[in-house]
Amino acid sequence: MLSATLTFQLVNLSAAVLLLLAFAMLAQRRTVALVDLFTAQGVALSISTLVVALNTGQDHMYYSAALTFALKVCALPWILRRLIRRLDVQWEAESRLNTTATMIIGLLVVIFAFGLAEPISALATTITRGTLGIALAIVLLSFLMMITRRKAISQVIGFLAMENGLFFAASSATYGMPMLIEFGIALDVLVAVFVLGVFFFQIREQFDSLDLQHLESLREK
Amino acid sequence: MELAAILLLPLTGTVVLALWGARPSAPDVNAAFSLGTLLAAAALTVRVIAGGPVLAWGGQFFIDSFNVFLVALTALVGFTTALFSRPYMRIERDHGRVTARRMRLYHSMYQMFMATMLVALLTNNMGIMWVALEAATLSTVLLVSLYRTAASLEAAWKYFILCGVGIAQALFGTILLYFAAERILGAEGMNALLWTQLNGVKSELEPQVLSLAFVFLLVGYGTKVGLVPLHNWLPDAHAEGPTPISAVLSGLLLNVALYIVIRCKVLVEGSLDSNLPGQMLMGFGLLSVVVAAFFLWRQRDIKRLFAYSSIEHMGIVTFAFGMGGPVANFAALLHMTVHSLTKSAIFFAVGHAVQKSGTQVMDEIRGLVVRNPTIGWGLMLGTIAILGVPPFGVFASEFLILTTAMQQQPWAAPILLGALGVAFAAIIGRVQPMVFGEPSGKRLAHQPALVPVFVHLAAVLVLGLYIPPYLADWYRQAAQLIGAAP
Repeated sequence: MLSATLTFQLVNLSAAVLLLLAFAMLAQRRTVALVDLFTAQGVALSISTLVVALNTGQDHMYYSAALTFALKVCALPWILRRLIRRLDVQWEAESRLNTTATMIIGLLVVIFAFGLAEPISALATTITRGTLGIALAIVLLSFLMMITRRKAISQVIGFLAMENGLFFAASSATYGMPMLIEFGIALDVLVAVFVLGVFFFQIREQFDSLDLQHLESLREK
Repeated sequence: MELAAILLLPLTGTVVLALWGARPSAPDVNAAFSLGTLLAAAALTVRVIAGGPVLAWGGQFFIDSFNVFLVALTALVGFTTALFSRPYMRIERDHGRVTARRMRLYHSMYQMFMATMLVALLTNNMGIMWVALEAATLSTVLLVSLYRTAASLEAAWKYFILCGVGIAQALFGTILLYFAAERILGAEGMNALLWTQLNGVKSELEPQVLSLAFVFLLVGYGTKVGLVPLHNWLPDAHAEGPTPISAVLSGLLLNVALYIVIRCKVLVEGSLDSNLPGQMLMGFGLLSVVVAAFFLWRQRDIKRLFAYSSIEHMGIVTFAFGMGGPVANFAALLHMTVHSLTKSAIFFAVGHAVQKSGTQVMDEIRGLVVRNPTIGWGLMLGTIAILGVPPFGVFASEFLILTTAMQQQPWAAPILLGALGVAFAAIIGRVQPMVFGEPSGKRLAHQPALVPVFVHLAAVLVLGLYIPPYLADWYRQAAQLIGAAP
């Protein structure tokens, strides 16, 4: 059992780290570096879940921490790195990315997220309730990241980071969803990455590149 | 028993066809599995009609008159589409558009798609509902890109990303719902996610959290319904994938997503004491009808045309559910049924028309009625039916929706009527020369499957002329469940 104060501080620390990582992802141009940041996010997420598990002593939080570690620190980064290697895009980077503007929008997004989460955190009884605003901010920042990217793999990492934010939201508001649902979500995410892996090869075969500007021909004329 | 059959048959089908799907008889096996699912769904329907709502497997599955009618509809259209896809996919294969391996993927994922939709409809658990709907997206992504053309890859990518982001919002909404419920129902087991449990305590749920949850749920699942402005993926995915998939996306997936939205609406409305959810549904619905009606004018591709028409009709249904009350709900349920039957029939006819003409561009499809009267008349009758010409069923439901709108929301009725008029002119002006113009086209190698087209249209016609009393009762019960007007 961890004391309440220590838990509180550790959870807040990992929440802060998660938020910083979300901003780092927003600014990162290179795809490979994005995978590293995503892995780091997974580590912070499993630590914070483990800390809550130690404090509350709930079994399913331990399982949840283990599942997060297995999926987000081991499996997904491994698959992504393998994909990047096999697609031979280690040196791929975003060419058009206005970092300053994105960062400023990112800041506004965080303020908005805190405002939105405020009334809900006030109702929550969990020890982690203060971090709900950060969780929502991570979701919205990942969304912003997906909008600003033109490379397929970066968009997928944005998508996965968004799922990280949602997971964090679930654990800060309610100590996590029931185990079966968490398994279901994890399975969906894993299958999604597999499907996209297949899909990347199809896109590459067709366009000789993973740049999404080739994928902009279908629109209303 | 029936429930287990409904869920296990398509799952077994997925595995069997994954091993078997490349053989020439695979389309027949696919249809056989769909027939089995249909029979099980029929048995379940009979049981629920006779004995009332069923709660099965520790409360994890829940069947009442609202979802059992969608289960029956899903299984029926699933089966007829499998029949249509037998000659259709064989012709595609002869034309060299798909290889044996992709046929295997197609058949296996077709069954998987059916399974995920049925789980989403039957489950009582809001979390499982989310997981199943996401799985439905995943099983169709690779089908939309089945032809591996540049356009189909783009459509599939858009489909995945937009629906993925949308459904992520829905997950946040579900988390908020769970958060509100857990305070009352406790975190033990899965009680706080079971719809029946939530429905029992809905008046105690925190209104502030629920209204925020509903915004996220509506935006999230609304993306899958194809509500404007979240509709961008829909026309592309419909136009670029194989036509049987367009038929099931339009006829079934949109319904399933809307079903989930309505389940959420019932909960949130019970907690709020205000009509916020209804007003949001009306707003999104009306916007979808109007925007889709005007986009119909700009279409050149026949499948895109009917995809926009699906957005329009989903808008009408959403608007009707938003108004609420027994009559509007009744009309919305009827409209869901007839739209899904008519639209899949149209896609069947369109599929063969496109194969005959070798193009999806409407200006190059001409004179279908001369070359193949059945395809031509199938398309023409389907178009007339979907446009709401009496005596088809779409007329009955649209008439009910419009008259209810005049009473309850008089401001909306002229907008709705105007948009329907615009859509009518746009679609009829396009379809008429395709059916009756100077002929073009070639012979098909396999006998086209047009029986499903006429079966569906006959059903829609019957629903327009005469709704059997037990069916009307059934709709009425479901309409009661969904809730009264403010």
